[in-house]
Amino acid sequence: MRTRYSEDQQAVAEAFGDLFAREATPEAVRAAEAGCGFDPGLWRKLAAAGAPGMAVGVADGGGGASLVDLAVVVHEWGRRLAPVPLVEHAVCARLLASAGGARELVVRRGVDDPDRPRVQAGERIRHADHGFSDTPLVAAVASGDLIATLAPGPVEPDGTSRLVPAGAVADVVAARRGDHVVVARGRPPGAARPNTADLPLADRDLSGAETVASGAAAAGAWDRAMAEWKALMAVAYAGLAGEVLAMGVAYTKQRHQFGVPVGSFQAVQHGLADAATRSEGARLLAFRAVCAVDAGRADGARLASMALLFGAESARFAADRVLQYHGGYGYSAEYDVQLYYRRAAGWLLQLGEPAAETARLADADLGPKRPSGQAANRDTLRERPREAPWPQRPVSAANKSGGQARAARERSEQERE
Amino acid sequence: MDFSMPAQAEAFREEVRQFLADHLTGEMIAATRDGTIHSGALHRAIADRGWLSGAVPAELGGGGMDPVELCVLVEELQLHQAPADALGVAVVVVSMILEHGNEHLHGAVAPRLLSGEALGCLGYSEPESGSDVAAARTRAVRDGDRWVINGSKMWTTLAHVADYVLLLTRTDPEAPKHRGLTFFVVPLDTAGIEIRAVSTMGDERSNATFYDDVVLGDEWRLGGVNDGWTVMKTALKYERGIAGGQFPSPPVIEAAVDWARRARRADGSRPIDDDDVRHKLVRAMIDVEVCRSFAYHTAALASEGAMFGVEGSMTKLFASESYKKHCGWFLDMMGAEGLLTRDDPGAHMEGRIEEHFRHAPVTAIYGGTSEINRNLVAEGWLGLPRSR
Repeated sequence: MRTRYSEDQQAVAEAFGDLFAREATPEAVRAAEAGCGFDPGLWRKLAAAGAPGMAVGVADGGGGASLVDLAVVVHEWGRRLAPVPLVEHAVCARLLASAGGARELVVRRGVDDPDRPRVQAGERIRHADHGFSDTPLVAAVASGDLIATLAPGPVEPDGTSRLVPAGAVADVVAARRGDHVVVARGRPPGAARPNTADLPLADRDLSGAETVASGAAAAGAWDRAMAEWKALMAVAYAGLAGEVLAMGVAYTKQRHQFGVPVGSFQAVQHGLADAATRSEGARLLAFRAVCAVDAGRADGARLASMALLFGAESARFAADRVLQYHGGYGYSAEYDVQLYYRRAAGWLLQLGEPAAETARLADADLGPKRPSGQAANRDTLRERPREAPWPQRPVSAANKSGGQARAARERSEQERE
Repeated sequence: MDFSMPAQAEAFREEVRQFLADHLTGEMIAATRDGTIHSGALHRAIADRGWLSGAVPAELGGGGMDPVELCVLVEELQLHQAPADALGVAVVVVSMILEHGNEHLHGAVAPRLLSGEALGCLGYSEPESGSDVAAARTRAVRDGDRWVINGSKMWTTLAHVADYVLLLTRTDPEAPKHRGLTFFVVPLDTAGIEIRAVSTMGDERSNATFYDDVVLGDEWRLGGVNDGWTVMKTALKYERGIAGGQFPSPPVIEAAVDWARRARRADGSRPIDDDDVRHKLVRAMIDVEVCRSFAYHTAALASEGAMFGVEGSMTKLFASESYKKHCGWFLDMMGAEGLLTRDDPGAHMEGRIEEHFRHAPVTAIYGGTSEINRNLVAEGWLGLPRSR
């Protein structure tokens, strides 16, 4: 068991930590908010660094890294709220590489190759000059030339999927439709539906989507993708929480009130300490979930759901405490804590209702809910003979004299004496 | 990074489960109802298996069990509600003796503790000092090659069944408070010691111990004169891993699930089909997985030989505070039935949830209160200024 990064993972964390710190500055995050929540320049740099397809197999044009290695990058991504759809994209890329039919899709000339510079070792090359038509779709996604995402919500009868994460910028959208996994390709709208967290959420028309997997294969591939998504978002939340706490510590050490640093007050310290404790627990659970999902362990999906819910809850708690301890400045647009506060809510909700996630966990751990009408049926005989609702045994003298527990104690003490 | 339990540790878990199936009896658990969460037979069986000495670091001459396996042992003991409070104490006391003790303590005391034949208990807290442990006022005064001890200790749990108390005393009242302390290993049958029971809300028995002109040879001194704080600091590192407390909630959740399946509301519905009940059960299970992640992390750090400090505080803080919360939720869930104690024939699972509800508060107090742990996290993890 090794719960810390390997040396290689440490190096990856440092390299991407530097990249995000340099490129995904709070100014860049705010600039992306003015658009659709996407920074194309950052995406190209990430693609040049091999991040979008790093956890796709080498044969499919990816980097062949593990999900855990990807999580190391996602942790840094989360710390900086980097406005690029790294997690959705990386998970969809792995789905495309694993769902048999998706590997046969190729990029169609003039249809799928987007009107934007192609990514190639950081150089800007117009796709008109060096197009990537006829290459496998998986490879075009793994390279980051095409942006991919998943639609976690239902596909409506008219083929619409609403509020698709990264829907504003994704060229490829995978979705679950009936017993199938489908892949839709189309020009992204480039505009997001205005939202709390300035995420690139958009409705997408999936009516022309192609089926890439069906039946058990589809269910397996989709469930795995969702588990990966949740586990990675849990890791992203750990990054968010860690950074917002660092921000809170720095601010409360520097800000003086009543002649002393705000961070010297125990009330403030204890709020931050609780947030740090929960966030560290969330970080450990998140990486444990990633490891379990990566290893294909049976408890992977369960841990991923739990890690996501707890990660979101503890990150929101941390952002709330840090905003509070900033006082009025925390509420101002000028300070960065509000960027974290809004995303702490948004990242979870774009995946669906937390109560639905809890309900799925309950179904798995406790068995499905019995519809209320069935409860009183004869076939649900009481599993336990019911006692009368009050004790039938005569109340002993000891009980009268002041509590059974105390009586038992007194008895034991007498015996000892 | 790999959080999966090594195959060897999983095999060890099976061994512990088999051991508990063979040795942990209903009578042992029932016997703890007198408030003493200890079974001599179980303690000796654990020692005979080599797990007590195994928990002592190899560099001190102990078994040096892999910390991950030690974590599994503690987890299984707690999941099975085994009355093993004395195990952690024994490991701490014997480790401190092996690190700081003289020949006499090494020869006369350590082997008896390691074999499980003798028990230790901790004498740190006093009526006037708990979290501020270095403020201890129990006096030890040198008289030739003997010491005369006067004072009182609070929360000397297990003293009434133990053979030795690890006693923190003040030997120089003039020195700054951390520099005038000295430790002794005191045989509890020494003349002048009185042990009085302290009963608790959770039915556990603790003790107050009184020391009235207790005369002790210098061979019972542990560590240097006025160097008690150095010894104290090492106690912390030995508590890690063995002190337990990371897994208090599963027995409560088990009982809550059982109740929610069996009980029927006035309309015939089962609580287990109620969304609020389901939500709280799931939420509690999430907290358990957080505790498990913390426990595995600290064990993995220890097995790499890395020292950890604040992680232990975080683990204890999170586990005890979430445990208290769960007990409150599930007591509420049961309504009036939740109030029934095990003395009532209709109490669900012998009043398990009610009993845990009364026990839970102490877990956020003993071994470092939640407030002290928050201070440690604020200072040691976040780097905030010392606030006391």
